[in-house]
Amino acid sequence: MTDATQPELDAARTEQRDAHHDGGGVTAAIVRYGLLGLLAAMIMFFTLMEPAFLSVRNLVIVLQSVSIVAILALGVTCTLVVGGFDLSIGAVAATSLMASSYVMVVFGGGTVEAVAACIALGLLVGLANGLLIVKLRVPDLLATLGMMFLLLGLQLVPTAGRSIARGMTLPDGSTADGSFTNAFLALGRYRLFDIVPISVVVMIALAILISVFLGLTRYGRVMYAIGSNAQAARLAGAAVEKYRIAAYMISGVCAAIGGILLAARVGRGDVSSGNSLLLDAVAAALIGFAVLGSGRPNAVGTAIGALFVGLLLNGLTMMNAPYYTQDFIKGAVLVVALMFTFGLSARTR
Amino acid sequence: MRAGSGAGAATRARPSSSTPAAAGRFVLRDLRKNFGRNAVLRGIDLTIEAGTIVALMGANGAGKSTLVKIIAGVHDASAGQMLCDGRQYRPTSPSDALRAGIVIVHQAINDNVVLDMDLLENLLIDEICQGRSMFFRRSAMAEKAREMARRVGLDIPLNRRVADISLADRQLVAIARALSHDPKLLILDEPTSALSDAEAERLFGVLEALRDRGVATLYISHRMSDIRRLASRVLTLRDGQITGDFAAPIDYSAAVHGMLGRSLGAAEIEPKPAGASVLSLRGLQTGPRVPPIDLDIHEGQVTAIVGLVGAGKSELAECIYGVRQPTAGTMRLDGKDYVPASPIRAVRSGIFMAAEDRGGGSIVGDFDVTRNITLPFLGAFTAATFLRRGAERRHARRSIEDLAIVTPGETAPIGALSGGNQQKVVLARWLTGKARLLILDEPFQGVDIAARQDIGRKLRRTADGRATLLLFADPDEAIEIADRIVVLNNGAVVADLSDPPFDRQMIVSSLSQSHDRRHAA
Repeated sequence: MTDATQPELDAARTEQRDAHHDGGGVTAAIVRYGLLGLLAAMIMFFTLMEPAFLSVRNLVIVLQSVSIVAILALGVTCTLVVGGFDLSIGAVAATSLMASSYVMVVFGGGTVEAVAACIALGLLVGLANGLLIVKLRVPDLLATLGMMFLLLGLQLVPTAGRSIARGMTLPDGSTADGSFTNAFLALGRYRLFDIVPISVVVMIALAILISVFLGLTRYGRVMYAIGSNAQAARLAGAAVEKYRIAAYMISGVCAAIGGILLAARVGRGDVSSGNSLLLDAVAAALIGFAVLGSGRPNAVGTAIGALFVGLLLNGLTMMNAPYYTQDFIKGAVLVVALMFTFGLSARTR
Repeated sequence: MRAGSGAGAATRARPSSSTPAAAGRFVLRDLRKNFGRNAVLRGIDLTIEAGTIVALMGANGAGKSTLVKIIAGVHDASAGQMLCDGRQYRPTSPSDALRAGIVIVHQAINDNVVLDMDLLENLLIDEICQGRSMFFRRSAMAEKAREMARRVGLDIPLNRRVADISLADRQLVAIARALSHDPKLLILDEPTSALSDAEAERLFGVLEALRDRGVATLYISHRMSDIRRLASRVLTLRDGQITGDFAAPIDYSAAVHGMLGRSLGAAEIEPKPAGASVLSLRGLQTGPRVPPIDLDIHEGQVTAIVGLVGAGKSELAECIYGVRQPTAGTMRLDGKDYVPASPIRAVRSGIFMAAEDRGGGSIVGDFDVTRNITLPFLGAFTAATFLRRGAERRHARRSIEDLAIVTPGETAPIGALSGGNQQKVVLARWLTGKARLLILDEPFQGVDIAARQDIGRKLRRTADGRATLLLFADPDEAIEIADRIVVLNNGAVVADLSDPPFDRQMIVSSLSQSHDRRHAA
């Protein structure tokens, strides 16, 4: 290597490595648009292979399949924003499913009571999580992990571990004579304009609501500040503890809503429903970090993350990929998205 | 040789071509660094001889940190050469630097220690990370750790968690570690910014002993007193170039000129009369064994509290700001009882504070400049709970112009700004709302003289209508800006001066007097 070219090569090398510093360059573009590009390429590929992929009917199926996961993921996004984490969402959804069934089938309650009970449950669990984390200073992962186990166990207690359905025998020997109300079942079966399921409507509404809340209001701004530097936020006069607790309560409510919709779709208090919700929701929120290179939790990203996984699985299913490859594919998507987020964009020192 | 050719006429550094490569312990030749299109280092030539202490002065953003990071192997140079003992030195990682005998104590104190580990583990962290033995035998290591601690005069039980010791002691831990490597070249970046005079003096003694054993030291500092005390040569860095190289006897005013590109006028303060008492403290005790304080802070004036590290300044400020609860005494704000349970109450009452720890207590790393400025006052930029981003950015642009903040723009990430400019952003934040009392704890920490003057001027210009309370360890910084200086030692007020020009000697002696008393007691 001659003396003249070495520095130039070095300069070129460094330029490339530091391209993200001035926001230009290939790396920056990949970080920003990589995941969306991948999404577009994927849609094009599946459409070419299977034209029915892009039909309205199929897209609605995809939306419906991801709606509950997305709702939970939107909730967990709020806890991620304040620098926390909520592992209890899957259990909250499952408990909410059992609770709504129990209210209707065993107590003979109506739709409003069932829904209200679930929402109250979500708020309560969120409050408990928040208090454990904020007041008792239990680390978030541990507090919500404990809450997860507690709820997974709790939902089995009233029915002695059995699923809830009309005519079931209760532990005390009596027979449950209530049933799911038609209005409640409609939450799972009615379609807006005969095409869009309620769960999709709820998902879209929550996605808009939460992304507006996080992105455009002062409350969301403060939550991001807390997640980045809680001490600085506290010294800037933010009510850090209240915001943290609120984030867990939002997460609890979202999970409860997910549980309600799941109960309405399944039509009975099925003990094993909702098992995979937690991991799928967390994956969607984490994939969301990579959308538009934000590198941070954000509601739009979370929704796109859920959609991304849903479209991919749907497309592969149409092309007859076996069901047992699904988790592998989800994992691969997550790893790639995390590479976008951390490997490429967070290399700044 | 390209040396100096591209660096501009201002370069006065010794051209490296005139001496054989082996002459200096550590030699840089035409070192350059670009971040994208932004040239941060534009051809640095310098030579550091063995057994000398060379001071490097530079304004914020001059490129000091970048230079250190290149030598440390954190960044790669865009062009140029480094030689250590005449051999090519081209580190690709910090451990390369360590292997070459180049040891760096970084400015951010918490970057040098592991908070969750105890003192012994921190002192021997290199042994833990790179040692050959699979087991870490504490008892066998204790003697070595004790020796390391003794060398820098660190007198704390070895099993104390580092998170529980003071910033000054953490700094000493980092320095003790650096020394244990038997460095050929030691680089210290603002090592005394958190140290008291006595602790700094201890450090200077250690550095001189090392110098006498042939270690080359590059000492980066803004503190003239440190530089006067230690350096046999001063280099000044400005805009990524060496602009001055001064050997003994050092012409300090020329050095400051070389650093700033202009001379400093003497601080001219037009003293302001004391207005009404804004905050009055009566018998306030910040802790169980701390003497009670009676103090009134007046409107329109800039009041400085000067005290050494541990004198209780920050504790006092934290009580006023609701971060810490006083154990006794009362506070009255504008004549009304004031009992802040948290900073939320303080901010609502118009009491604003910028904490000493800028990175940990003020700056939100994920936010851009605008968001950092508006954070406590989002209500003022909100219409029907929605943020008015346009209004926020307009305000940020005004602040940037007003305080001469050097930033690529109001939406630049805060991390892209140098320390001094981040400090200006913090000031801009607290000037956004209407303050009754503005408290700034060590506002000049890590801030160069030019930025310091900008901040000082802005503070004095806006001082009407509020009380301003500044906390300093360095009496010169207080003299530069204050209308009134209160000296605090060991928690007690020992002097209260309110007629500039101040008697520096008296301030210093009351600071050290307190020290003697503490040792006598």
